[in-house]
Amino acid sequence: MWLYHAPAGGLCNGCDIEIAAAITPRYDVERFGILLAPSPRHADILLIAGQMTKHSRERLLRVYQQVPEPKAVVAIGSCAISGNVFTTDNYPLAGTIDQVIPVDVYVPGCPPKPEAIILGVVKAIEKLEKRTAESI
Amino acid sequence: MEKVEGKVCSIPIGPYHPALEEIAFYKVYVDGERIVDALIKPGFNHRGIEKLAMQRSYRRNVQLFERVCGICSDAHTTAYCVAVENCLRIDVPKRAQYIRVIEHEANRIHSHLLWFGVAMHAIGFDTLFMHSWATREAIMDVVETLTGNRVNYSVNTIGGVRRDITPELAKYIEEKLKIVEKGTLYLIKAVKEDKTIKARTSEVGVLTKEEARKYCVVGPTARASGIEEDIRKDDPYINFEDFDFEVCVEDTCDVYGRIMVRLRETLESIKIIRQALKNMPEGKLIADLPYPFPSEDIGRAEAPRGELIYYVKSNYTNIPERIKLRTPTFVNLPATKPMLLGNKLADAPQIIISIDPCLTCNDRLVVVDLRSGRERIVLLQDFIRRRVRL
Repeated sequence: MWLYHAPAGGLCNGCDIEIAAAITPRYDVERFGILLAPSPRHADILLIAGQMTKHSRERLLRVYQQVPEPKAVVAIGSCAISGNVFTTDNYPLAGTIDQVIPVDVYVPGCPPKPEAIILGVVKAIEKLEKRTAESI
Repeated sequence: MEKVEGKVCSIPIGPYHPALEEIAFYKVYVDGERIVDALIKPGFNHRGIEKLAMQRSYRRNVQLFERVCGICSDAHTTAYCVAVENCLRIDVPKRAQYIRVIEHEANRIHSHLLWFGVAMHAIGFDTLFMHSWATREAIMDVVETLTGNRVNYSVNTIGGVRRDITPELAKYIEEKLKIVEKGTLYLIKAVKEDKTIKARTSEVGVLTKEEARKYCVVGPTARASGIEEDIRKDDPYINFEDFDFEVCVEDTCDVYGRIMVRLRETLESIKIIRQALKNMPEGKLIADLPYPFPSEDIGRAEAPRGELIYYVKSNYTNIPERIKLRTPTFVNLPATKPMLLGNKLADAPQIIISIDPCLTCNDRLVVVDLRSGRERIVLLQDFIRRRVRL
């Protein structure tokens, strides 16, 4: 299962370092066959963390479109879900992620712990398998 | 790729690119394999934090500034609290300052080990990436037991700290520090003895002492170019004058120097935490707070990436009138240009990473008019109008 991690623009890196921590020895998702893909075109699951900005909105949409079907999207962290302390109506911000792209799994927390991220990815895999079975 | 003039090609790197962790845009002009020019365009990350800060109380701003950057979260709250305390003349109890020092240095250790892992990943040495992140988990355990969180600590508050350190906790930290020290010593040994790391980083991304002075770089980037500056020594805050530590300086001026500075600093930070645990004074955790009055002051802190400045202006309300941040990456990022020039394209990722760019802290709203080459900060209404017209 290939993951692509896309920061949604305005982010504090907190979620990103926890995603990276999930692939390192302590948590080691690689033993479940999960790896980070270097390009969205190779990915099955898109991980999005951070607050979407007006600047990055179009680019994020393009990244989403580049992920081949079937795909699943995981929104990681409070910023991606609800705006967190930054709110959603400040001038450079463009709302929450699910206003722009469909989100399958939400992982709340600021930032969520690596265990929670792994659980979110597992749920996304379940959804993806179901979707694949339906499409066949 | 587009052809620019003759043999020179321009290659865009970013905004989403495997070599970058955060979104920024680099345009690198190459002649064959050599980089002849570079254009850096950040700005995707701007969240308008200064504006938000002017709508919230001093106390609530701590949580906001922590989220400026998740990696140096403690440095931000420390600098902000120091600025407010200077501004409102609050005397912080010594025990609180010592607890702050412990968290500040634990934050530095985790940041440096994280950066080292990423830098090794950039040169394709994933084994050391895994080693350094495994070592880092030990300090993350310390932080988690100390504060309850792994990334955003929320321990600093105006006038002191919110959590105490018990003797059992001190013992636990000591034990974990031994693991971190052993791991760091192993990493230093690996960097010193490994030929591949030397070959990929020595004399790559050179920033001479003169250029470093010209670009006013701060933190480990400056120290790797032979400039001895450290806010903890030069302008001690949160009682750093009580601690005995060395300012790590390297004069190789290249990526290798920056690696060594950061790894050696990790050892110094371990030393500082040990001293703080040993000499921990008794006393209160938080000072009595006064009513705000009109005043202004700055707070400086040595963040893992360099000098961090907060400016606070107060009035009679509990909401600050103005807050301004100057983050280390803001001054370090332009210096990637002289570092990139003359190097091979394959070395670009590790050069960009070598300053430890933290764009989350950095991004400002700037518009560059390419036709006239003029740069200006735009207002909100202006920005919207421009977007519509474009």
